[in-house]
Amino acid sequence: MNHTMELVIGAIFINNILLAKFLGNCPFLGVSKKMETAVGMAGAVVFVLTLAGMITWLVEHYLLAPFGIEYIRTMAFILIIATLVQFVELFLRKSIPALYQALGIFLPLITTNCAVLGVAIINIQEGYDLFDAIVFSAASAAGFGLALVLFAGIRERFETIRVPKQIEGTGIGLVTAGLLALSFFAFKGMI
Amino acid sequence: MGISALVMLGIGLGAAAILAVAARVFYVKVDPRITATEDALPGANCGGCGYAGCASCAEAIVAGKAPVDACIAGGPEVAIQVAAIMGTEIGVAEPRTANHFCTGGDRAERKFHYEGALDCRALFDLHGGDLRCKVGCFGLATCVRACPFDAIVMGPEGYPEVSAEKCTGCGTCERVCPTKVIQVFKLSDRLMHFNNDHECLPPCRQLCPAQIDIPSYIDLATKGQYAEAVDVIKERNPLPLICGRVCPAPCEAGCRRVAIGDEPVHHNYIKRFVADWEMHHPQAPPVISPETGKTVAVIGGGPCGLSAAYYLRRLGHRPVIFDAKPALGGMARYGIPEYRLPKKTLDFEIDEILDLGVEVRCNQQMGRDFTIADLESEFDATLLAMGAWDNSSLRCEGEDLDGVWKGTEFLQKRELGIKVDLSGKRVVVVGGGNTAMDACRSSLRMGAGEVTLLYRRTRKEMPANQVEIDAAEHEGVKYHLLAAPKRLIGDEKGKLTQIEYIKMELGEPDASGRRRPVAIEGSNTLMDVDVVIAAIGQRPLKDWYTKDLEERGLKLTRWNTIEADEKTLQSDVPHIFTAGDLWSGPALLIDAIGTGRRVARSIQRFLLGLDLGFPEGTFVGPQKLAVSNLVPVLGVGPRVRVSQPELQVADRIKNFEEVDLVVSPESMRDEALRCMRCGTLCYFNDEQRDAHLSGRPLRKKVGELLQNSPTLR
Repeated sequence: MNHTMELVIGAIFINNILLAKFLGNCPFLGVSKKMETAVGMAGAVVFVLTLAGMITWLVEHYLLAPFGIEYIRTMAFILIIATLVQFVELFLRKSIPALYQALGIFLPLITTNCAVLGVAIINIQEGYDLFDAIVFSAASAAGFGLALVLFAGIRERFETIRVPKQIEGTGIGLVTAGLLALSFFAFKGMI
Repeated sequence: MGISALVMLGIGLGAAAILAVAARVFYVKVDPRITATEDALPGANCGGCGYAGCASCAEAIVAGKAPVDACIAGGPEVAIQVAAIMGTEIGVAEPRTANHFCTGGDRAERKFHYEGALDCRALFDLHGGDLRCKVGCFGLATCVRACPFDAIVMGPEGYPEVSAEKCTGCGTCERVCPTKVIQVFKLSDRLMHFNNDHECLPPCRQLCPAQIDIPSYIDLATKGQYAEAVDVIKERNPLPLICGRVCPAPCEAGCRRVAIGDEPVHHNYIKRFVADWEMHHPQAPPVISPETGKTVAVIGGGPCGLSAAYYLRRLGHRPVIFDAKPALGGMARYGIPEYRLPKKTLDFEIDEILDLGVEVRCNQQMGRDFTIADLESEFDATLLAMGAWDNSSLRCEGEDLDGVWKGTEFLQKRELGIKVDLSGKRVVVVGGGNTAMDACRSSLRMGAGEVTLLYRRTRKEMPANQVEIDAAEHEGVKYHLLAAPKRLIGDEKGKLTQIEYIKMELGEPDASGRRRPVAIEGSNTLMDVDVVIAAIGQRPLKDWYTKDLEERGLKLTRWNTIEADEKTLQSDVPHIFTAGDLWSGPALLIDAIGTGRRVARSIQRFLLGLDLGFPEGTFVGPQKLAVSNLVPVLGVGPRVRVSQPELQVADRIKNFEEVDLVVSPESMRDEALRCMRCGTLCYFNDEQRDAHLSGRPLRKKVGELLQNSPTLR
């Protein structure tokens, strides 16, 4: 139990996928201008990452490892994640329209989200078992969501303050992302 | 190597198979309109519409959540395509642009503290800021920074100015503006806006039957922006040349100048000045919405019909005016004499409206030359606005004698080219309204030797404009007050020779609030007379009311007016509307203009299949608000009212030259500066004013405002 807690806290705060590992920066900067879209994106990432973590773990251990072809892992995972996202989109649209409406256009965007691939590969590299892999994936996604929502909150404020013309928009966004990452650095001492 | 390729191939095929099956199993039937709409949209995914990409925008349009013209990037062409897919009217595909259209409603609370914030929204969060209304604008240019198309710049006065060419109507400025001073709307929203009880309405604007934004045009006139001032007037009243001359200005009754013991601001000097200026400095025609392909028959080319046709045309419809007379103008042409309203001026104003693309068919009388069935086959809606042309009878013996004339019939003779020789004749005019005054003054100009006015109440109760009553007296009309005709006496040839009248005294007030005149028995007096003109009131004619109209369900009241919804002016026959005197009974010209605009709104909504009702709290006509704060303003004293130049009596009573002349630009400005800017300073609170008067330092903008405001200095 303790181990699981450590995994969760570690994934959310200490090794935050966005702020410590710098994976998934594209949506981080892209959809963080409005709180509404940030929340939608965070939800979609939690959903897809958890599923992807589980399936890629299964593929690794029951398909790639038995044949000894782990070196095509990256290629295989990309294909699997893309298929998964498409599948999930089709499934949600038919079966849970309400959720589809909420996650809407964010699902296709995740296809190219390197955070998903990153977590899937970390799962294997760290040698997690299936349960740990699922927990770690979900926790990483939660960390992604947390950072995204925090960042969106800050960026919304940018609209009401005077920002020097030269660093308006993405410029000030990157500076803020750096400061946010620094502040997350403080969690290092937690475990 | 081989095995890895096989595995990848396997995964690929597996994925493809799974997706193929999923696409089958999870197939969702999509409304074909969504696909069609998505194809019509430009596919730029710019997000300008507020939806995440064109696909979701298309879905929203089909779901009815977004208008067919939601797409900003595509513009009107795309909107028309989408409208065709959705099967709605293309008329709703009007372009939208950002603009100031401050009605004062739904905005910031009336308190403010300047806390050094640099953004309108921050300031608003801190409750207010240095707000000055035209406006209610904080002037910190948040909208300028927010505009993605660089269409907004800060003007010299510290308010944003929108470039119509660059503005796409995306609405970003509206979203960031905390006080909703800058708004995106369509032309029709602006033209068809009616006063609402939550708005900051100065008293004059409350009382104007046409709801003209009086402080705005006065403000523009003081700055020398005459063309803009005319535009402001024409958003509510397309006939400023006429109204600037003959309107009795009911708005002036509310003027705050009266509250400080002064005379009201003379709005008509200003309105007439800017309108006359525009007549001599032609401007580009006003913006017209895209064509809707809808046609409307406007029966009656008087002020009401002209007003309705003007607004319908600007909304993109095709109105056709039918008039029984040889020329348009109705009572403005045939009832108001030349010396008050020169026909040249009237023609100019009418031509301006017709030049927008309004068709005219003169000498066409309803019921005689065409029927309602003819109209139904050609037009999508019909407006009946034939006015009130029937003269009330004197109800006394001898009314059919030769020499007894009716007021409006007499007045229109000159315009119809019928020669009337009154030289040396003794004329008696009965009545106390403007028609009576016009009859008196016209008779004098036709050479009458002596003109006497009989009125059964006193001068105070006369419904005519005060200036008319005074002017008629100056010109030599004799007033015989508290007298009513009893009998008209003729010779054996049936020619009028004498009038017998009876003296009256005032009794108890009647339903109209005026004291009822009571005859004094035995006070009958005889007077020699050649002509009697009866001008004691009018009502609509009934000759147009044919059987087919009755069969359709159109009803008349006992005053010959049409029965219609009090607010929307729609009759019991859905496609027949009414307005003006034919609906209200005899009223002011400005009332007719106001109902003309109101009925244009109803017809517009009827043609587009929208609900005709007004939003809650709407005032469709003049309405004095109880909350108006008309206390005297510290430091503001009386200022002399500018007097209007006029022709000398000797120069004017022999001809029909225009009597009242236009004021000079300087006098106009002096008069305009008498305006106390009610409603344009609604955020200027007591605290600030007290600070000013006690000499304490002021916050920057309010200080500037006071420096520049002659009325508050």
